[in-house]
Amino acid sequence: MEQFLFLSLSGVIDGLVYAAFALALVLIWRSTRIVNFAQGSMAAATTFIAVALIDNGLSYWLALVVALLSGLVLGAVIERVVVRPVEGGPELNAVIVTLGLFIAIQGAVALIFGVDQRAFVPPVSNRFFQVGDGFTLGLSNNGLYTLAAVLITMVLLIVLFRYTRVGLAMRASAFGQEVARLLGVRVGRMLTLGWALAAVVGSLAGILIAGDVAFISPNFMDTLIVFGFVAAVLGGLDSPIGAVVGGLLLGLALNYVRGYLDDSLLGMAALVILVVVLLVRPGGLFSTTPARRA
Amino acid sequence: MAEPPHDRTADGPDRSPTARLEMTGINVAFGGVTALEDVSLTVEPGQVHGLIGPNGAGKTTMFNVACGLVRPDSGRITWRGEELRRLRPAQLSKLGIARTLQGVGLFPGMTVLENVMVGAHRHAKAGFFSALFAIPTADKDEERLRRRALDALAELDAVEYAGRYPGSLPYPVQKRVALARALVADPELLLLDEPASGLSEDEMHELGELIRVLCSRMSVLLVEHHMDLVMRVCDRITVLDSGRQIAVGTPEEIRADPAVTEAYLGDDVDVDADAAELGGRSAAQVPASTQEGPRG
Repeated sequence: MEQFLFLSLSGVIDGLVYAAFALALVLIWRSTRIVNFAQGSMAAATTFIAVALIDNGLSYWLALVVALLSGLVLGAVIERVVVRPVEGGPELNAVIVTLGLFIAIQGAVALIFGVDQRAFVPPVSNRFFQVGDGFTLGLSNNGLYTLAAVLITMVLLIVLFRYTRVGLAMRASAFGQEVARLLGVRVGRMLTLGWALAAVVGSLAGILIAGDVAFISPNFMDTLIVFGFVAAVLGGLDSPIGAVVGGLLLGLALNYVRGYLDDSLLGMAALVILVVVLLVRPGGLFSTTPARRA
Repeated sequence: MAEPPHDRTADGPDRSPTARLEMTGINVAFGGVTALEDVSLTVEPGQVHGLIGPNGAGKTTMFNVACGLVRPDSGRITWRGEELRRLRPAQLSKLGIARTLQGVGLFPGMTVLENVMVGAHRHAKAGFFSALFAIPTADKDEERLRRRALDALAELDAVEYAGRYPGSLPYPVQKRVALARALVADPELLLLDEPASGLSEDEMHELGELIRVLCSRMSVLLVEHHMDLVMRVCDRITVLDSGRQIAVGTPEEIRADPAVTEAYLGDDVDVDADAAELGGRSAAQVPASTQEGPRG
């Protein structure tokens, strides 16, 4: 029972990070129909920027802000310069471009920051709470911080998409580019903004993961890409709510696998889940129908 | 129904339409097939101009030229006294031109109200970044857009559907919402692409009256199969046949024109129109009405 509670709590926290990462993928998929395989490298790049700043004496929070802002710029620039030419073209082109970006950015990070592992100290303690005599809760201050950061991000995104004019225009661009254009929406701008926002959310996920794993190297996000992708597909790729639920489900499932089976089965478990979802519900658990709330 | 949709004092003085759309000598060919040959058309301010012709005559192509979806091989488009070169669809709303689509083209995952609010987009005052970051200042803007959108829905008797999703509404209601979305931008020129398709007799009659009301504050270019509607609401009519203009004039003149009778009215008009509605668009019009023009 104690173990189950432990695994469930840490599963929820892990799941939230997967959810954030999946959300970044969904944001991009919804607006441009591109799966951004470079999301992980982009997040690794901004996390390394944060580490470099922290190593130079900056506070964690300032470094966090700078990292998120550089994510914003990186996302916008990549959309504008590299992705725009393949948007609306054959799907394979976009896949290859984002895969190429994935490798190129990772290489650039290794060139600039080196391939050695760097320590990353989270702003709050990673130690799990103890309750009573020796009862370990699967929750730490860092876990609570992760929970808060992801939830705040989600609320901000909901406010943006539901209650602001820019969010309205972004949704319109996602649902029908041509019609939106006829109505005077600057669709190109909205796509750039979508990528920029996604990169910010991805960067946040990267930094939260870094605080969890404590040591980072240029490829430290590689497994998270797989998990984030599985979470997004689990939720249907099109649905932000689906991404969150998918992330939580995956976080729980993987923690149970880790606890009751073995650590080394994590990657395989994620892929098994992916294959089962694709076989049983190819559209994802939350596949959208036109009339449904997005 | 006849009330203007919103408080115009907020956006400038009451205006009667003054802008004229002139399209002269338009030529369009799709891969060697001539779709339009030297067609000219003028929509006078405050008038309803009909564009009719048998299937494949080039109506939709002409329409798409007017809104920048198809770039003509030659010809001039003049609007508000200025020539529009390299017109692109994205410029339309800024130019005060709104169009409705064959079908409805509503955004499926957004409520009716949100759909219409997107149409009011160009009337937002807050800039891009203040709308994104300075949520309090943008709030007033949001409220204004919402009011505007609700007013436009009210004019089309669709306010009660504001919170619904388009997919859950009957087709005629969706068409009214789509029209509201075009009107909410307060255009000076309204391009209506087969607004009566899928409507019942009564609904078509209401639509006709609405169009007559609208032309007190905007010009209208109307592509339509239903001859009775066209004859009832249009001030002037241009008739196309096989990409050429064969007649232009008032409804009476058109009715009396032997060339028109031969090309169009002599045909079994209703069968033609019904077939077109059932089968969607005719083959010759497809390239023009798909997402992007051949040259993008």
